[in-house]
Amino acid sequence: MAKIIVDGVEYEVDSDNNLLQECLSHGLDLPYFCWHPCMGSVGACRQCAVKQYKDADDEKGMLVMSCMTPATDGAIISIKDQQAVQMRERVIESLMTNHPHDCPVCEEGGECHLQDMTLMSGHNYRRYDKKKRTHRNQYLGPFISHEMNRCIACYRCVRYYDDYAGGTDLAAMASHNHVYFGRHQEGTLESEFSGNLVEVCPTGVFTDKVFSQRYSRKWDLQAAPSVCTGCAVGCNTTPGERYGELRRVVNRYNSEVNGYFLCDRGRFGFGYVNSAERLKVPVRQGDGQQEELDANEAHQLVQRLDGKIIGIGSPRASNESNFALRNLVGDDNFYAGVSAKQHAANQLILELHRDAAFHVPSVREIESCDAVLVLGEDVTNVAPRIALALRQSVRNKAKELAESANIPQWQDAAVRELAQEDRSPLAIFSNYASRLDDVASDTVVAGNQKLVKLGSAIAAELAGESASAGLDEAERELIGRVAQQLSSARRPLIVAGSSARSMELIKVGANIARALGKRSGNVIDFALLLPEVNSLGLSLLVQKDKDLSAALGVMESGAAKHCIVLENDLYRRAATSEVDAAIAGVDSLIVIDQLATPTSAKADIVLPATAFSEHEATYVNYEGRAQLSYQVHRNHSAARPAWRWLCENPAQQVEELVDRCAESVSAFKGIASLLPDLNSMIAGMRVPRQSHRYSGRTAMKAHVNVHEPKQAVDSDSVMSFSMEGIPASKDATVLGASWAPGWNSNQSISKFQDEINGKLKQEHCGELLLKDKQASGDFFNVTADQSDANNGLEVLPAYQIFGSDELSAHAPAIRERMTDAYLSLSPQDAEQLGLKHGQGAGIAGTDYVAIVCIREKIQPGTVAVYCGTEINPHDLPERIVLNANADIAERGIRGLIVSDLLEESY
Amino acid sequence: MEIGSGLTIGLILGTVIGVAAMLIWVERRLLGLWQERLGPNRVGPLGLFQVVADMIKIFTKEDWTPPFADKFSFVLAPAIIMTVVLLSFAVIPFAPNIGIVDSNIGILFVLAMASIGAYSVMLGGLSSDNKYALLGSLRAAAQMVSYEVFMGISLLGVVALSGSFDLREIVHAQEDMWFVVPQFIGFVIFLIAGVAESHRLPFDIPEAEQEICAGYHTEYSGMKFGMFFVGEYLGLVLVSSLITVLFFGGWMGPAFLPPVVWFALKSGVFICFFILLRAAIPRPRYDQLMSYGWLFLLPLSLLNLLVTGALILMN
Amino acid sequence: MFKLIQDTLISQVVTLWNVFRHLFVKADTVEYPDQQPYMFPRWRGRIILSRDPDGEERCVACNLCAVACPVDCIALQKAETDDGRWYPEFFRINFSRCIMCGFCEEACPTHAIQLTPDFEMAEYKRQDMVWEKEDLLISGTGKYHDYNFYRVAGLAIAGKDKGEALNEDKPVDVRSLLP
Repeated sequence: MAKIIVDGVEYEVDSDNNLLQECLSHGLDLPYFCWHPCMGSVGACRQCAVKQYKDADDEKGMLVMSCMTPATDGAIISIKDQQAVQMRERVIESLMTNHPHDCPVCEEGGECHLQDMTLMSGHNYRRYDKKKRTHRNQYLGPFISHEMNRCIACYRCVRYYDDYAGGTDLAAMASHNHVYFGRHQEGTLESEFSGNLVEVCPTGVFTDKVFSQRYSRKWDLQAAPSVCTGCAVGCNTTPGERYGELRRVVNRYNSEVNGYFLCDRGRFGFGYVNSAERLKVPVRQGDGQQEELDANEAHQLVQRLDGKIIGIGSPRASNESNFALRNLVGDDNFYAGVSAKQHAANQLILELHRDAAFHVPSVREIESCDAVLVLGEDVTNVAPRIALALRQSVRNKAKELAESANIPQWQDAAVRELAQEDRSPLAIFSNYASRLDDVASDTVVAGNQKLVKLGSAIAAELAGESASAGLDEAERELIGRVAQQLSSARRPLIVAGSSARSMELIKVGANIARALGKRSGNVIDFALLLPEVNSLGLSLLVQKDKDLSAALGVMESGAAKHCIVLENDLYRRAATSEVDAAIAGVDSLIVIDQLATPTSAKADIVLPATAFSEHEATYVNYEGRAQLSYQVHRNHSAARPAWRWLCENPAQQVEELVDRCAESVSAFKGIASLLPDLNSMIAGMRVPRQSHRYSGRTAMKAHVNVHEPKQAVDSDSVMSFSMEGIPASKDATVLGASWAPGWNSNQSISKFQDEINGKLKQEHCGELLLKDKQASGDFFNVTADQSDANNGLEVLPAYQIFGSDELSAHAPAIRERMTDAYLSLSPQDAEQLGLKHGQGAGIAGTDYVAIVCIREKIQPGTVAVYCGTEINPHDLPERIVLNANADIAERGIRGLIVSDLLEESY
Repeated sequence: MEIGSGLTIGLILGTVIGVAAMLIWVERRLLGLWQERLGPNRVGPLGLFQVVADMIKIFTKEDWTPPFADKFSFVLAPAIIMTVVLLSFAVIPFAPNIGIVDSNIGILFVLAMASIGAYSVMLGGLSSDNKYALLGSLRAAAQMVSYEVFMGISLLGVVALSGSFDLREIVHAQEDMWFVVPQFIGFVIFLIAGVAESHRLPFDIPEAEQEICAGYHTEYSGMKFGMFFVGEYLGLVLVSSLITVLFFGGWMGPAFLPPVVWFALKSGVFICFFILLRAAIPRPRYDQLMSYGWLFLLPLSLLNLLVTGALILMN
Repeated sequence: MFKLIQDTLISQVVTLWNVFRHLFVKADTVEYPDQQPYMFPRWRGRIILSRDPDGEERCVACNLCAVACPVDCIALQKAETDDGRWYPEFFRINFSRCIMCGFCEEACPTHAIQLTPDFEMAEYKRQDMVWEKEDLLISGTGKYHDYNFYRVAGLAIAGKDKGEALNEDKPVDVRSLLP
């Protein structure tokens, strides 16, 4: 531990860091712009100047940029030194010369790092009376607004967008004070992580367009810690509500999961919560008639069902809802609401999770892996935040080089300059070209059988067996290279999962990881991706053979009288005909959901459920991490959390349910530790969801009744629906929006971290449920099934970040980025079939029509089908025949962002 | 008119309560004038019906007894103060032929009644079960017990000079000279003690609004509060009448006005003086009040008695 | 002893006399309903929303008045016209809570919200004390006649392109490398 002296006070620091980072770690206020905790220093803004003294006798000292100066042992610096203070004030005065008079009409106002730093630096009067430089703005798509006049040229946006997130369409242009950050021409920002620009930009150049349409200041948002339900990564978010509407979602720091960044699906996919199509009242329907039910009556109806009831759970419902349904119908009658294939994959993944040979890494850990093999997963579209982490993992090579060249890791520009194109190996074996290919060392695009073959060869190679059977020279070389990279890596990582719909691929991944482990004697990182937010949680609650096919079988046979479907659209989970037959076989079908679905249309009773921000719940992410998501706001319709419909007590409290779940399901043993204890709060005071500056309390409902209602009481959690209570100033377990005196922007998070980029003080990163490992298993025997490959094209599932998730696809902003269902074909196949890019093609044997999308890298003989919301993937046979069809393009595939489109436009 | 006749009793009772009620208006108007404003002038001519409005308000207000209070003593307390103050008026000689009883222990009776009045305040404060009320009643008890001592002693000079406890005798004894002249010090002490006894400003320490809410009547509302309120004004009238009787020759005055008018005029001047006191003098601290009483007024009143006694003996 | 007498008696008597003399001084009271008082232009009375010299709504829905309000009696929602102007979709003041402190006026960056000398706002029904934008918006500029926020701000709106605000240069040609 090194020691430095700041303004006469001694601090213990890590000498691997720079002074700015250490000062912030110790809670000192030092202004900065270009430095970002996740992106290191470039010394561009000159805002963090401090005085450094040579030794105790040095009285003059010299000004240094704290972000570019290492925190060496014995360093003596002064933040308060008059000259340093003046320097910082002058620097910000210069930065502000061109800043427009926009704060009142700027979405950043009130959470603006520039506002904070201006105030902190003491610049409060504009002396510069010359003309301000102005810019024209660009249209950057439905997510991000652009207002270039406000730019102070800190370069954070391009450093994030290009260097960190791997975007290619945002750049710094022009020179001197004309420098411009934008695209080469107007158009949608292509990166799936563009939303983070809103949080990265220290001022209002890039702002949240979705939020702006229904805008409120940060202090007016009612917020609570929540978990993103867009995919299985379980990023931590802070949704904000005002006037009964969910207004926006921002990142919530979790050192183990998402850190500082979210994907655009998570950030902009919340819109369905406010949808006018939300189910609002319990309804009894049939024969084209609809009858509204009283909520209590409907609850009684569910509780008083007679005869055999079966329950179909859901991977997008919380643990509590699934558990409540399981309790209601009994363990033996509770079925997973996922297809048989998916359920089998989930169970296999669960088994691998418990295998002592493997460790499923967190997002943070993925970033530190230095050789990665992705098997069959389209990570960017299935688990986007992990794709961003994989992109960071390839930079471990640069870090290694920097270390050997004695360059500190935080010297961002120098490290990048040194490494150039040197990256850690990332091999991607996928069905179609992925968005990570630009940083991949090797890519293989092929059908599943080929991937299985290649993967098995790698496993064999690693196990020291002969692997060359049936491979050509190039493939043998590839296999050898990948095996070598993995075996020589410090921390290799295999990424596999269920999205390629191939059990064999998962097994192959396991074989490779096991071979690696046997070779090195280490526990191998094996990331197993799942499709939906609570896929793993559901799998833990369901018996092994209780998949949807079994449920549909029971229903069709008439053995079950009633069926309760929990937050699930069966027509996305099984073939249409099977579902139709099953529904016809039961007396009554009860559907609990947020939005109307084809399944709810056939239900006898439809019960409205609350959305993720309207109830408190726990979810289990891909690594078995159970996380608690608090209720943000109330739903004023008759919608209830699903567990309230399903539990006998209509006022069932979630905490009690969580405790019961922890007791009765062994896998959920640790989950009760997620619940904060009201007794641990100061004087039993609750934590307010509203900021201490929340405005309009006595006016927002005054038009309804001037006599203000009593503040709503949250009986479920330690939080309150008001400003009353003690804010979570130091207890990060209930920290929604972070704020510290003088730090109104999201940069205030550093005040809550025990050190920069470290854990939050008193953070609960979630509870890993699958910590207890069982003995390590053996190699799987994998045989690629050799079906005759002459009839039609092999169907491979394709995913889109915007559209593949059921609920976020209802968000208006996401809809603007969605494409229609499409069929990715190789140019050869397209030519053979006489299909053109952008044309409609019918799938033989079904009524489905999709748009042809010709991609260079698709393996001939395969077709990657993106089903969108139009096609039920389970209706498709394993091989399909296509025929040309009339043009059907509504949205078409305009805006489709893939790297290997044959024609840019059509 | 005849002393002790039913008519007289009725008239006196009516007049005294009427005057006390009117004082609500008089006090607010006078305070207004002294503070360069107008005071209540909206209800009726000159705002005279303010009293009526206030009465209607106080009679129709919810009469709330707190659930934690001791019901019996809570109700008893305001009744006591009304009763004892009204009883005191029984011995006041308003005019040669106006009065209720002609008692030869008039002064003692008045002092006795004042002592009982202290119970009212104490009971009110204790039964309220409220910390402010308790503080108020503690202060009241100390204050009233203390000031009664030299109130009594200051009167002994008058008694010595007239040779009687009978208030009528005392008035008659002033035919040559009002007692205020030989007993000026006694008068001043009685004046101060009178203010303290009726806990009017500046000695309203038991109910000091700014410090302890409203002291012993914090929990009172409606007509029970009204009784304390009117009781205080009655006390004011009583003290003024006593000063008139004891030091300013009672009903006596030039014959162009009837005696009862002289009495009323003299008392009125003192009532106004008490209101002026309220307008002008700030409230002392509690300890100042006590030390002022015991360390200054008590020796002074004893000295006064000593000198008076000596002079009488010399004559 | 003299000090004690001075403190306890003489000064009190002097005070009494001084106060007594006020009996003969004319009262300062203004007998309000019969006699209308003179209201100063900057009196903090009824709140209005003003318009800019061009007759457009001045309020840009920045929410600063709402957050400055110590009794939280202002609620509004931002909306945007097609040309990029911000305006309040609704703007509500609950005058039954308002304490006329004027903080909202001080906080307002566009001179939109202003307090006026009108104070006669009593109502028989409390609900009538809730004023919406239609009730608050006047057609004039209030106390500040010339100020137009959008002529100063960098935001482009209809009739004012980028670079046309106060003290602004023409927009930069990004493709030029000239100094």
